[in-house]
Amino acid sequence: MTLDLPKYKTTDEVDFVVIGSGAAGGIVAKELSTNGFRVVVLEQGPYLTEKDFVHDEIKVLNQDLLTNHPSLQPNTFRKTPNDKAKQQRAIAYGRLVGGTSTHFTANFWRFHEIDFHERSKVGAVAGSTLSDWPITYADLEPYYTKVEWEIGVSGQAYASPFDPPRSKPYPMPPLPTKSSGVIFERAARKLGWNPFPAPMAILSQPRPGRSACINCGFCLAFACEVGAKSSSLATAIRMAEKTGRCEIRPNSYVHRIELDANGRATGAVYFDEKRNVQRQKAKAVVVCANGAETPRLLLLSANKQFPNGLANSSGYVGKNLMFNSGALSVGVFEHPLNDYKGFAVSRILHDFYELDPDKVGFHGGGGLDARFDTTPINFALGMLPAGTPRWGKGFKDVLSHNFTRTVEILCHGTSLPVENNSFSLDPELKDAWGLPALRMTYKDHPDDVKLSNWLNARAAELLDAAGAQKSWSFPAGEQEFSVHLLGTCRMGNDPKTSVINPDHQTHDVKNLFLCDGSSLVTSGRGQPTMTIEALAFRASDRITALAMRGDLNV
Amino acid sequence: MDCNTSRRGFLSQTLTGISAAWISANWPAMLSAATHAREASQSASPAKFEFFSPEQAVEVEAISARIIPTTDTPGAREAGVVFFIDRALVTFAKDNQKMYTEGLPAVQARVRELFPGTDKFSAATAEQQEQVLESLDEQSSGGARRPFRPLVGAQSFFEAVRVDTVMGFLIDPASDKKGNRDGVGWKVIGRENEHMFQPPFGYYDKDYPGWQPIPATADKAKT
Repeated sequence: MTLDLPKYKTTDEVDFVVIGSGAAGGIVAKELSTNGFRVVVLEQGPYLTEKDFVHDEIKVLNQDLLTNHPSLQPNTFRKTPNDKAKQQRAIAYGRLVGGTSTHFTANFWRFHEIDFHERSKVGAVAGSTLSDWPITYADLEPYYTKVEWEIGVSGQAYASPFDPPRSKPYPMPPLPTKSSGVIFERAARKLGWNPFPAPMAILSQPRPGRSACINCGFCLAFACEVGAKSSSLATAIRMAEKTGRCEIRPNSYVHRIELDANGRATGAVYFDEKRNVQRQKAKAVVVCANGAETPRLLLLSANKQFPNGLANSSGYVGKNLMFNSGALSVGVFEHPLNDYKGFAVSRILHDFYELDPDKVGFHGGGGLDARFDTTPINFALGMLPAGTPRWGKGFKDVLSHNFTRTVEILCHGTSLPVENNSFSLDPELKDAWGLPALRMTYKDHPDDVKLSNWLNARAAELLDAAGAQKSWSFPAGEQEFSVHLLGTCRMGNDPKTSVINPDHQTHDVKNLFLCDGSSLVTSGRGQPTMTIEALAFRASDRITALAMRGDLNV
Repeated sequence: MDCNTSRRGFLSQTLTGISAAWISANWPAMLSAATHAREASQSASPAKFEFFSPEQAVEVEAISARIIPTTDTPGAREAGVVFFIDRALVTFAKDNQKMYTEGLPAVQARVRELFPGTDKFSAATAEQQEQVLESLDEQSSGGARRPFRPLVGAQSFFEAVRVDTVMGFLIDPASDKKGNRDGVGWKVIGRENEHMFQPPFGYYDKDYPGWQPIPATADKAKT
């Protein structure tokens, strides 16, 4: 079937221009177009489809087939505002239609109630801007359910005693249990913990136009060739196009949002594929460009009224960047697991989601998962135990033995928000379009590093209990690279300490909305995409309500 | 499924091995797999060298064959790693051309230095070759760092050849990179060269009875 896809003129004032087509942008586009609005989605990357997705590690990982390319869009990094930033790749995000959701691991658990009101519960944390969300888990619950059913999440409801309440079970059963999952489950139960089937945004059963997971094994960092991974590309974008009211415009790199004399956004200014400047007119603008590019766009859009960046009267645009803390332990087992087959994760546990700061000596919490997400070249170059020969027969012997017998225990946890941790515009470095490059300033809150190492000790215990023949842990240090880009335009009721209100409307510009990882007030305990998507469904409802009330002149 | 199965035979193998219901559920996937198989068959024939002279190719192949030697299983030589590197140097790794053209004579100089009378790396004995590479390897044991992505730009010629050899040995054989010929690299590490798999995957999930609720939550546990 060929769809009759709309093509809007840039001079045609559409109802909404959505900037970014990833986890949030795809859903916002789908919801708003379904609700009858005319929508243009501007995506900086290309429109690739299943036929373009390959298992070629060099093309995908080294050559950034799916991701931002550091030679075109370089960035700089520094630990603190007192340091001079150096050019160093600090972020990777999906730069294509579907965004990072095309290549994510697809861990899709919900945030827990604590994540929304941790500040009230634990009190102030020194060195952190930890705040409560202006919304609660209960506000978001219907939208989590919507993600599970409309986008497609496999899982086992009520399997974890720590899970927050839910209004509906999952729409389909969990994915198969991998050998790593069995090992993890048995060892965790031996230790008295509560492992459960990982909720994954990967289909365990086929849906119209989409295959169930075929367990090809090139999953994390790769895009799915069969539509089984519930990316925006495989789901929301296609639903948006089916409405006949939504145009997805790839290769459109937005670099400025302009205001009219009344302080209302007039649309988006972007470079097209030939680097000509275009202006798409729209009655309202929704920025879903991710936790790095959304604040960058606002900072690039500084004007007379907002000299420090559009919608930045709070000074909080770009601030409070959070990654999620993490650490890794690895075990090698007697028999082949063949964990290279299939998606990455089949078992997780959340026994440590809410740790008692008085007992452990730090704030936050997290979980463990059992996974194998390392493709052959990466494995050979980075996942052999220390002391393994780097070449020759000894290298080949260990590589041959370990590839099918290795399991990773990944720890995922809190990043406390720290005001200095931020994205800003680099004063010197420019991207290939001549725009100021992103500058990341990031130093983990000391509690995050303590948490990671505490969780990693639990991972090591688990590998011991599992009877690993050999195991080792990578000590967690301060992070300098992330794919989770959170908190940089946080939501709040107070315009002095937040950028958007609970409707995702910027406090400063009434027809400008932001929704993506930048909206998060806390980091959860890892795996933020589920929450970003639930927020996108909710934001779409709120924006639609405002539009229906006449607030947006759409 | 036997990893010797050619990709051409992939569909027929699969069709006899699994249920019709599963096939219909996964039909889009199989079409995709068929596309891959077609691409793979097109890229199967070894080509002439595009960058290396025949003499250079012999030297690079000899070095790669020390990095991943042929033992009771195939090594870099059988995987056609030298063809992969040759292709890399005229495509995605053009920046490394100089490193190779300048690095090879440097290796040969080291051969002459250690073993006077021997001019070429490929002319040295296996033990001599190992000694030459030992002398070039700046790191005696592997660092335990987990890379998000391997780096093409390596710090020294030896390091470049080492990384390129690993890549050429383990790259998806269906890619256009000319490495991992016939999937022998994957065979060595135990990775079946197939585009889809069904559980059970390995030893530990073979007899797994399925997830059972923990008693305390059993009353709530239903999908």
